[in-house]
Amino acid sequence: MIDILLIILSISLLYMSIANRLISYLRILVLQGLILFGTTYLTLTEVNTLNLLLIMLETLVFKAIAVPWFMNYVIHKNKITREAEPYLPSFISLLIVTLIIVFAIILASFMNNEHLDKTFFVVAISTIFSGLYMIVSRKKIITHVIGYIVIENGVMVLSLAVGNEMPMLVNLGVMLDIFASVLILGIFFNKIGDVIKDPDVNLLSKLKDN
Amino acid sequence: MMIVAFLIGTILICCGLVFNRNKAVNYILVALYVPMLWGFSVYECFHLNQTEFSFFTVDSLGLLLLLVLCLVAAPALFHGYRYLEEHNTTETPHSRGLFFAAMCLLISACSIAYLSNHIAVTWIFVEITTLSASALIYHHRNIRALEGVWKYVFICAISITFIYVGILFLSLSIKDAGIEDMSFRSLYQNRLKLDPYWLKLSFLFIFTGFTAKFGLVPMYTAGIDAKDKAPAPAGALLSSILMNLGFVSVYRVYAIMAQTPMQGWARTLMIISGLLSIFVAAVYMTRIKNIKRMFAYSGIEHMGLVVLGLAIGGIGVYAAILHILLHTLVKPTLFFQYNQIYWVYQSKSVNDLGNYFKYNKTGAVLVLLAFFSATAMPPSGLFVSEFLLFQSMLETHHLFMLLVVVLLLTFIIWGFGSNIFKLLFTPKEDIDESLIPHISPWESSSQYVLLALSVYLAYNPPVEMVNLINNAVGLIQ
Repeated sequence: MIDILLIILSISLLYMSIANRLISYLRILVLQGLILFGTTYLTLTEVNTLNLLLIMLETLVFKAIAVPWFMNYVIHKNKITREAEPYLPSFISLLIVTLIIVFAIILASFMNNEHLDKTFFVVAISTIFSGLYMIVSRKKIITHVIGYIVIENGVMVLSLAVGNEMPMLVNLGVMLDIFASVLILGIFFNKIGDVIKDPDVNLLSKLKDN
Repeated sequence: MMIVAFLIGTILICCGLVFNRNKAVNYILVALYVPMLWGFSVYECFHLNQTEFSFFTVDSLGLLLLLVLCLVAAPALFHGYRYLEEHNTTETPHSRGLFFAAMCLLISACSIAYLSNHIAVTWIFVEITTLSASALIYHHRNIRALEGVWKYVFICAISITFIYVGILFLSLSIKDAGIEDMSFRSLYQNRLKLDPYWLKLSFLFIFTGFTAKFGLVPMYTAGIDAKDKAPAPAGALLSSILMNLGFVSVYRVYAIMAQTPMQGWARTLMIISGLLSIFVAAVYMTRIKNIKRMFAYSGIEHMGLVVLGLAIGGIGVYAAILHILLHTLVKPTLFFQYNQIYWVYQSKSVNDLGNYFKYNKTGAVLVLLAFFSATAMPPSGLFVSEFLLFQSMLETHHLFMLLVVVLLLTFIIWGFGSNIFKLLFTPKEDIDESLIPHISPWESSSQYVLLALSVYLAYNPPVEMVNLINNAVGLIQ
């Protein structure tokens, strides 16, 4: 069951690479949040109940509900155009994300560790690097933020893989999630909306070296 | 328990600064903070190699960096005060309080992170520095400051995620060794038992993550914009004590890899990053027109040298530590002095600057001396550490690397020099001299002290300092 959820997560990455409208990105984020919720429940069987509840609450409320809802609000409030505006055509994006997944599988084939499930490793690494790819290949600031949240989802998968032995690390990951997302989204995206009307990354590219 | 007391004191002072609107009370709080910081450092001096609160150990390197932090922190707060007084028209009680609260928080977070003996604790304090630095960068509340802080926060968020992934890999590598404790000491003691595959991956991620604070390729970019947009006293802290935080974290993780078969891998990684950093600094500094950014790029160059020293080993490790200590004293002087330059010309583009000797003699002499110091020409203190660095390259037969570094440094000196000499000597005609404020020579006094100290420490190092550095070097060799 865990494997099925994780495979759906990596399929969502492929879909994300060809998605064209911002709303589909948000839906994928919701889907990924729900997958993480399920995976957390199924994986962390040895963690004490209160801690497990805290982590699951974070994945469900924060990742699957609050962040996508807030982004949707920002998109409407700032009247951001609905297109994702990638720099590269969808086909090439699809190819690159596929290559990232293949690379992760090759990397996993070198490893030899009975403490880590290879599926977790492959899905986590491919999610992290697809998120990075999303950031460099899309034009809008809001898609950069979505890319960052995809990276965090990947990190969450990785931390779940070691979560049973070291719940402290999963808690740290939850802290990272909340801290970084609140800093980036909460304080900050509101300000961007106030100062510039169309959060296009081009408006924030005047700091240069001459 | 002193660390907890210091942390609580910092939090109380920061809260006081944020919520209080009275100017005099704010300045009293800042004035209280400095003796508190100094008292904390003096206390730690007498508790070398003792563990407090189970997550903090006062080791040699941490103590050295803490002491230079104390030297820089007081003038930074003083220049922060001068900066706000000069910009009085746009400052509100709220922005003033926030500025000082963020400065104090940044200084405290760095000083506590130096002493942390657990990678997760270091990581948490690195996050706090990101938070306080972003408040400082966004001080002016305009669109360019927004852009600077946006880039900084975003890249730092990615960098702390990378460090976190590195910590996860590290936790996988210790499983086979059968240890639970992830403190630096326990990792160091069990370094030969750790799983090499995970340790290599972990070092890759942790090193890449810390380059954002350390100021190296690939994540140096955020720091440049941050130092450009933050008020200069804050820029001075970002380019000294915050970079040291990156250094100390990389150093502790590298110490785990050193003396194991994985050292070669870590070395290659650091040499690539160091050389690329010096290259990037050389490319930008030869064509840059914004002098504040130029100071920031000069920091990238020095950090490149430091990481090369670490990677090469031999006497290079000693040189790297000495270099970073002296750099902490030299770089802030340039940023402090930048404020005076801006008061004279109201511009940071080198095209608008010139004939500085005529308008501010004391400041101009200082800029000249600081230029010699920052480019490591004798009698600068940095000359000693760079000389040792080159010596270590020769001894370890890295001739080609030495050649490349010297060539790039020549470019850097040329670029740096042409801008500084334009500022100091080129006659300036289209400037309204009646608008130029009189700048008291006393404004430059703290910078002279810092520069003199950097020379003194390099040519006549106290025995205690040499012992502490040698102790710290012992971790790697």
